[in-house]
Amino acid sequence: MRPVYLIGAGQTPVAEHWDRSLEQLAGAALQAALDDAGQPPIQALYVANALGGLLNKQAQLGAHLVAALRLGAIEGYHIEAAGASGGAALHQAFMAVSSGVYQCVAVVGVEKVTDVLENELNAALATGLDATAEADQGLTLTAGWALLQQRYSYEHDYTASSFAPWPVTAHANALHNPNALYRFPLNPGKVAGAPAVATPIGLLDSSTVADGAAALIIAAAPQVEGENTRTAIRVAGSSLASVPLALGARPDPLWLDAVARSTIAALAEAQLDADAVNVAELSDQHGIVAALSLEASGFAPRGMAPRLAADGAYAKGGSLSLATAGGCKARGDTVGALGIYQIVELAAQLWGEAGSLQVPGVRVALAQCLGGLGATAATHVLVKE
Amino acid sequence: MELAKHWRLKGARYRLEGARDRRTNTITFPPPHFSGPDDELVILSGRGEIWSWSAVENGLDAWGGRYLVALVKLVEGPLVTAQLTDVDPDAVHIGQPVEMVTRKLRDLGEDGLLVYGYKFRPLLE
Repeated sequence: MRPVYLIGAGQTPVAEHWDRSLEQLAGAALQAALDDAGQPPIQALYVANALGGLLNKQAQLGAHLVAALRLGAIEGYHIEAAGASGGAALHQAFMAVSSGVYQCVAVVGVEKVTDVLENELNAALATGLDATAEADQGLTLTAGWALLQQRYSYEHDYTASSFAPWPVTAHANALHNPNALYRFPLNPGKVAGAPAVATPIGLLDSSTVADGAAALIIAAAPQVEGENTRTAIRVAGSSLASVPLALGARPDPLWLDAVARSTIAALAEAQLDADAVNVAELSDQHGIVAALSLEASGFAPRGMAPRLAADGAYAKGGSLSLATAGGCKARGDTVGALGIYQIVELAAQLWGEAGSLQVPGVRVALAQCLGGLGATAATHVLVKE
Repeated sequence: MELAKHWRLKGARYRLEGARDRRTNTITFPPPHFSGPDDELVILSGRGEIWSWSAVENGLDAWGGRYLVALVKLVEGPLVTAQLTDVDPDAVHIGQPVEMVTRKLRDLGEDGLLVYGYKFRPLLE
């Protein structure tokens, strides 16, 4: 095992890209990442994508994008793990470089969802659930999180408005992110007054799924020779864990055990404690997802995340800055590309290139993305050298 | 059509067939995809209580409008995802006793199946 570095990052805005195809989005993000890294030769492409087979009727995105993006005779892989696809693909790239097989590889996360109507999109998202035990019964992804929020609130004495700090913070942070889907502020009253999607989760505590692509260049050396002089970012920890897809098949559904295990492993690999993390990007499609992730990751005691959020713990300048570029709620949820967007945003924080989104003094960042109802969790720890 | 798929699931869907591990007495429902050497078939009572629930406002078209889903804790132990039926949405609550009933789950269209399966309703006292 040798050290692994992030040497380039790029993204497209998260938006309804009516005028751009999946291939064009992926190409734009990869080109930006390659430019950022100084155009190193890459030996493999890892494509993170969750819904291409269902929505774009295109499988084999590894081979397809190697050809479409004119990358020559390199290996191409398509990695799918629902909303954890990005983290799963980065983990594969990490292992390829860490093992010594490759010197430099690219990871591109891409999702193109607006070519179909909302019902088809929601049906595709529901394939991240257990097909027979859950989706066949009419469960949707949001309804699954709603079941967890309802029970969590009952056990720990919360109301729907207890989860408002997450969307409110996300929107405040996204105001100056030019790549964010939404750039307007939210207040808790607005969140509380929004219509329900699946009770107790309301529309303004629900992220919007949109189009986008993000890309990373992962290498065995901290920078391309003769190129930039900026601080090296080391991928210090990389881990993936899973539990049964169905909530009913888990001994304690309110404990996201895949999150716990992948976080423990990633931090151990980085030889760091949870306290060392300055900024984090989590799956935060709804406040409850962030709350349960924070608790399983060891950032909050069980049952306490909403109380800590109400005290500003996760806002900019809090003990752990979350969703510094808007998170799923305001930057937008790009499903299979989410895990790559998270790393692009955290890299900007570590390089000190985040402009008005910058959190001062960032040295350690953590990214975590979930598939389905937390069945897959991929966690990465990035360290400024 | 998915005809064979729904046919394979008939034991669990119509009779609440689960699996019991004779060594640990643990009951699993829906039954596991691969039976262990100590697993035996067990028919569950269909009685339980609501562990959590949600009124789904933006359900998929296939399910038609607003409906209630729940995680039901069966008396034998398993936690089951299912819809609630014959229920007053304003009176649903965690801990509410429910029982299994057989209902139409979905109509797969003119050339498709009518899919039947379990839902849960408030226990009739």
